Amino acid sequence: MKSTVQSLPISLTDLSKHYGLVKALDKVSLDIAAGEFLTLLGPSGSGKTTLLMALAGFVRPDSGSIIFGENEMITTPPHKRGLGMVFQSYALFPFMTAAENVEFPLKIRGISKAEQRIRAERALETVQLQGFGDRRINQLSGGQRQRVALARAMVFEPRIILMDEPLSALDKKLREHMQIELKALHDKLDATIVYVTHDQREALTMSDRIAVFNNGRIEQIETPERLYRRPNSFFVADFIGESVSVPVEVSSNIAKIQGLSLKTNLPILSGRGGYKLIIRPELLQLTSNKVPKTSNDLSGHVHDIIYQGDSVLVIINCELTGLINARIPANRVGQKGIPSKGEWVGVALHPEDTIIVPEQVS
Amino acid sequence: MSAKDLSSHAQSDLNKDILKNSERKEHLTFIGLSLPAILAILIVVFLPIFWLSSLSFYSSSGDLSSENYARIFNSSLYLKTFFVTFQISISVTLICILLGYPLCYWLTRLPNKWSAILMVFVLVPFWTSVLVRTYAWLVLLQRNGVINSALISLGIIEEPLQLAHNLTGSIIGMVHIMLPFLVLPLYAAMRNIDMDLVRAAKGLGCSPRSAFWRVFFPMSMPGLFAGVVLVFILSLGFYVTPALLGGGRVQMLAQRIESTITVYSNWGAASALGVVLLIISLAMIWLMHRAFGLDKLFMR
Repeated sequence: MKSTVQSLPISLTDLSKHYGLVKALDKVSLDIAAGEFLTLLGPSGSGKTTLLMALAGFVRPDSGSIIFGENEMITTPPHKRGLGMVFQSYALFPFMTAAENVEFPLKIRGISKAEQRIRAERALETVQLQGFGDRRINQLSGGQRQRVALARAMVFEPRIILMDEPLSALDKKLREHMQIELKALHDKLDATIVYVTHDQREALTMSDRIAVFNNGRIEQIETPERLYRRPNSFFVADFIGESVSVPVEVSSNIAKIQGLSLKTNLPILSGRGGYKLIIRPELLQLTSNKVPKTSNDLSGHVHDIIYQGDSVLVIINCELTGLINARIPANRVGQKGIPSKGEWVGVALHPEDTIIVPEQVS
Repeated sequence: MSAKDLSSHAQSDLNKDILKNSERKEHLTFIGLSLPAILAILIVVFLPIFWLSSLSFYSSSGDLSSENYARIFNSSLYLKTFFVTFQISISVTLICILLGYPLCYWLTRLPNKWSAILMVFVLVPFWTSVLVRTYAWLVLLQRNGVINSALISLGIIEEPLQLAHNLTGSIIGMVHIMLPFLVLPLYAAMRNIDMDLVRAAKGLGCSPRSAFWRVFFPMSMPGLFAGVVLVFILSLGFYVTPALLGGGRVQMLAQRIESTITVYSNWGAASALGVVLLIISLAMIWLMHRAFGLDKLFMR
């Protein structure tokens, strides 16, 4: 369904919204490129949904500016913003069939009955629901409803599509399948997509960039890989991925644990509060030999071993840091390297993987 | 196959009889518990209806005949009663919709705390005796009542309006009594409407007005239907208010039934009226169901 319309960039400046004393949005500024897949990620109550609702026009901000392309939208009512929107509850009209739901936005736009039918059929085909048009909504499964909602949001070729946790009601397997499909759909459509989720894995899978929200502010906005490998604060490092954090002393750009300096090739960003070393399980290297001089040495005795199917989690009681987790892939090579409980094991952390973050961004 | 597999195969009927027995016992307990209620309904509701309708097929001399029904359809007095009954019931229902729908819509838009407080205002009159409320209206509406004297002293009218002892008075009083019956089911239905649907409609390009008519209104139809049926059916057989506020000039079906029994002691004729009222009520429900295509709306 490649269209002639061009996707639109979005520019937000100093957007604020208070609910009583709670700052849902605290002077948020954000530029979203045309055609970008941007995810707003954060815990519940962090402001991500409020921002999406402000974009859609359902929440009136206290101050700030919302620009689509060249046009200021801050007071434009929802029905004149021309957005496609997918709700968490799907919000399909229960008294209409799947096809009638998809035709709805075309009907509102005064498009002829014949063309409505053709375009709705094509949209249903895009989401792999050809032949399901005559079904009532209650005759569709969760995944199928999700697809109808998607078809309805894109059938009128909006230049911006907003999605509010659209996959959260699906089971894990279907959710992961839909993530890949949504990403493929985004490549096909010419639309800027703003996607809200609290699932960090979902965000990493689909996004061009991720904006991490905390207390109504954007903590960090980056590509998935950079966000994962170079978090700028403890909040981001802790929220994205699995990790154990250990407080460290930082002075003149050298981090130390109990007086022992850590080797790192990554810049140590300045910030407020203390500093922490972020230890991700998959970054640790287990060895029965001594840890090479070039890496950081976190060796210790094996405290516990947990089998998790795709991998094995080895919990190590390290003298320097306390309990840390190391992950070994559950393949043949990995199996050989599994130590036994109580055994001493060498643990290496490469300087490229040594992440040290401030408690808060300055 | 090992010995253990074999033995478990042979014993696949393990506890089968005991489980079957316990299932049957559960069924019996359930029937036993509901039996008193079923019997009570049979004796108190269905038996009298059956007895009453059988009465309608006997003439005053005790012979089996259809003269009671023939009289209803031949006498202009009876036909006029039916006409007035429908006239009042339809007017009351329409006015209740016009007053009740916006009220419910407004209540659902309010924060929970306020809508709960305002619901009490709807319910308090509901808990007050119909007789008390009807006499209260008589005080307000009569020739030198509160409304007339207020309007005269304000100089809006010169002569007092005829508000009570006629059709107008009956309708005003009945609307007041019937309104909660419309508001309660309608409000419950509106509360359950997912406002994301209305939001979705706006997001897809509907103006607020069009989103209301295309999405909210159809979604509220089952509740409205339930309310309308309640109000209309209750109005058809209503007695107290039209008897008092109509001042004897308004004869609805229930009053005709009452006078047929108390004045003429004609049980056959009265029960024929009752049977016709019952049939009309059922027919109305069926017609409304067909007209609004409610099977479609109730499907979620």
